[in-house]
Amino acid sequence: MPLNDEVDTPDVVIGDETQIKPFTMNFGPQHPAAHGVLRLVLEMEGEIVERADPHIGLLHRGTEKLIEYKTYTQAVPYFDRLDYVAPMNQEHAFALATEKLLGITVPKRGQYIRVMFCEIGRILNHILNITTFALDVGALTPALWGFEEREKGMEFYERVCGARLHANYFRPGGVAQDLPAGLLEDIVEWVDELPKFLTDLESLLTDNRIFKQRTVDIGVVSAEEAQDWGFSGPMLRGSGLAWDLRKSQPYDSYEDFDFDIPVGKTGDCYARYLVRMAEMHESIKIVKQCAEKMPQGYVRTNDYKISPPPRAEMKSSMEALIHHFKLFTEGYHVPAGETYTAVEAPKGEFGVYLVSDGSNKPYRCRIRAPGFPHLQALDFMSKGHQLADTVSIIGSLDIVFGEIDR
Amino acid sequence: MPGDSIKDLAEYICEKLSKHVTGHEFIKDELVINAKADSIQDVLRFLRDERECAFTTLIDVCGVDYPDRAERFEVVYILLSLRQNNRCRVRIAVEENQIVPTATDVFSSAGWFEREVWDMYGVLFGGNPDLRRILTDYGFEGHPQRKDFPLTGYVELRYDEEQKRVVYEPVKLTQDFRRFDYLSPWEGMTDVQLPGDEKGAIPPHGWKGELDHAVNDDSTPEENTEEEEEVAEDAS
Repeated sequence: MPLNDEVDTPDVVIGDETQIKPFTMNFGPQHPAAHGVLRLVLEMEGEIVERADPHIGLLHRGTEKLIEYKTYTQAVPYFDRLDYVAPMNQEHAFALATEKLLGITVPKRGQYIRVMFCEIGRILNHILNITTFALDVGALTPALWGFEEREKGMEFYERVCGARLHANYFRPGGVAQDLPAGLLEDIVEWVDELPKFLTDLESLLTDNRIFKQRTVDIGVVSAEEAQDWGFSGPMLRGSGLAWDLRKSQPYDSYEDFDFDIPVGKTGDCYARYLVRMAEMHESIKIVKQCAEKMPQGYVRTNDYKISPPPRAEMKSSMEALIHHFKLFTEGYHVPAGETYTAVEAPKGEFGVYLVSDGSNKPYRCRIRAPGFPHLQALDFMSKGHQLADTVSIIGSLDIVFGEIDR
Repeated sequence: MPGDSIKDLAEYICEKLSKHVTGHEFIKDELVINAKADSIQDVLRFLRDERECAFTTLIDVCGVDYPDRAERFEVVYILLSLRQNNRCRVRIAVEENQIVPTATDVFSSAGWFEREVWDMYGVLFGGNPDLRRILTDYGFEGHPQRKDFPLTGYVELRYDEEQKRVVYEPVKLTQDFRRFDYLSPWEGMTDVQLPGDEKGAIPPHGWKGELDHAVNDDSTPEENTEEEEEVAEDAS
């Protein structure tokens, strides 16, 4: 009992009945290293974390409840506001789930556009995570460099749908509109230059002595533990499991693309960093292939009961006008049924469990956010580590409270 | 169509677990096992440990509320097998105030998922070591995702300048919450041919393309399966 020695009052006798209370510390909710509104109650034994109890829900907005009161079209924007770092990947899961219940397929061009923007979203997410992770452990420069590149990526979001963050671009049935002229060329130009930036970023971090001291052998998770705690995405791959939904359960033409799945060996914070770094290179490969093979055709299904008619047609066709009106007031009806559909979001498996009762609103829309089980495991990952290591672990978890609190 | 291997697996599971399982079905090709609430631990443990199943990851636990049913809540366990590349769902029906055995003994990840189901629906999980509320406020009352809980809630909070703290008050809306019911009676009758409405039969093609150039074959509209809109159940 080291604490016992420090107490300098000899008349205090510590018997079997007396228990020394561990020092309890409140971390957050307004702490820059908490990545949002995480309130962490830490029980400390000196500098060592005995127990970490995350209090979440400070950003709870009742998204699942709200969606039950909205039509399927109106539900899409809520998904941008979950993981606001990579909004389109979230929309993708909802669009796929709705399409599955409707029994429709998306035209190839629509699928390729969705894949391309999902991969841009993955790059954006990983840039943000790696650079802020580095910021947490003391490296300032990566964040300054990274945000410039991220901004370029978000400009593509803006050009395709008008918003940098809250895109509302993927719709059940395809995407909202076709790519504007010249966008594809600019995206290719960006991804051609991106490897140089990534090399610069790696040169700052990968062999950096301080970065490695803060991350190697910190928060080690074995492959069995990762499965037991419901890990997915880079957290799972960092522990040596080659599992990626894009490969194992391909959706939206992912089977057409040639890419590899990076896997970490050690399961520590450093391995997870390396996995994310390598994943960006794979995403660049996919974006390039998308641009090369981009097919012509519709970008969304032309079924007028689900997808709104083009504005030009509404000027001359009464039918088109009626359908437009009906789609944006009543919305479309989805046949009764249920499905669990998941996508490989940048943070892990993002799933939507959608229950439909045949009406125009979802009966239940459960959102499975990857960060939720990851944050739950923080307790066992940080046990026995120092307080400063907890910060490293939180950084490597890649948590965003929009999706955890929903 | 679900593959043969998953069909065999479903039958194998139901045979081995006949005491604990009431049946299985394929919904949109996804395997769903209906289990008895009391034996959920045995079912999950079997699915995890049996070599043919190897559902080693509990992806999610969620609740669904059906107020009309005698067993009001449904708790759904979503499982994933990395080795077999399979998914399955286990559903149990739960009455209000019924205690469900916890799944934390089988999967560590169940802890927070169960906390959320407790928080949102009020389903109790016996044996969960830490069944506190998780997403709602400290001291919150009620279970917000039940269908009879109003979307607006019961209380709102504001900062009180005199008391210098945040105070709770009954919710006051300057405008009533507007819940539009757009379900027209005609939409609910799309499978009925009304007299004089023969022209209203659904035409075989969608709107004409917004693109003039070549359109891929697979982008021509499917024969409208989704037109079979089921009789809309009353939404209210």
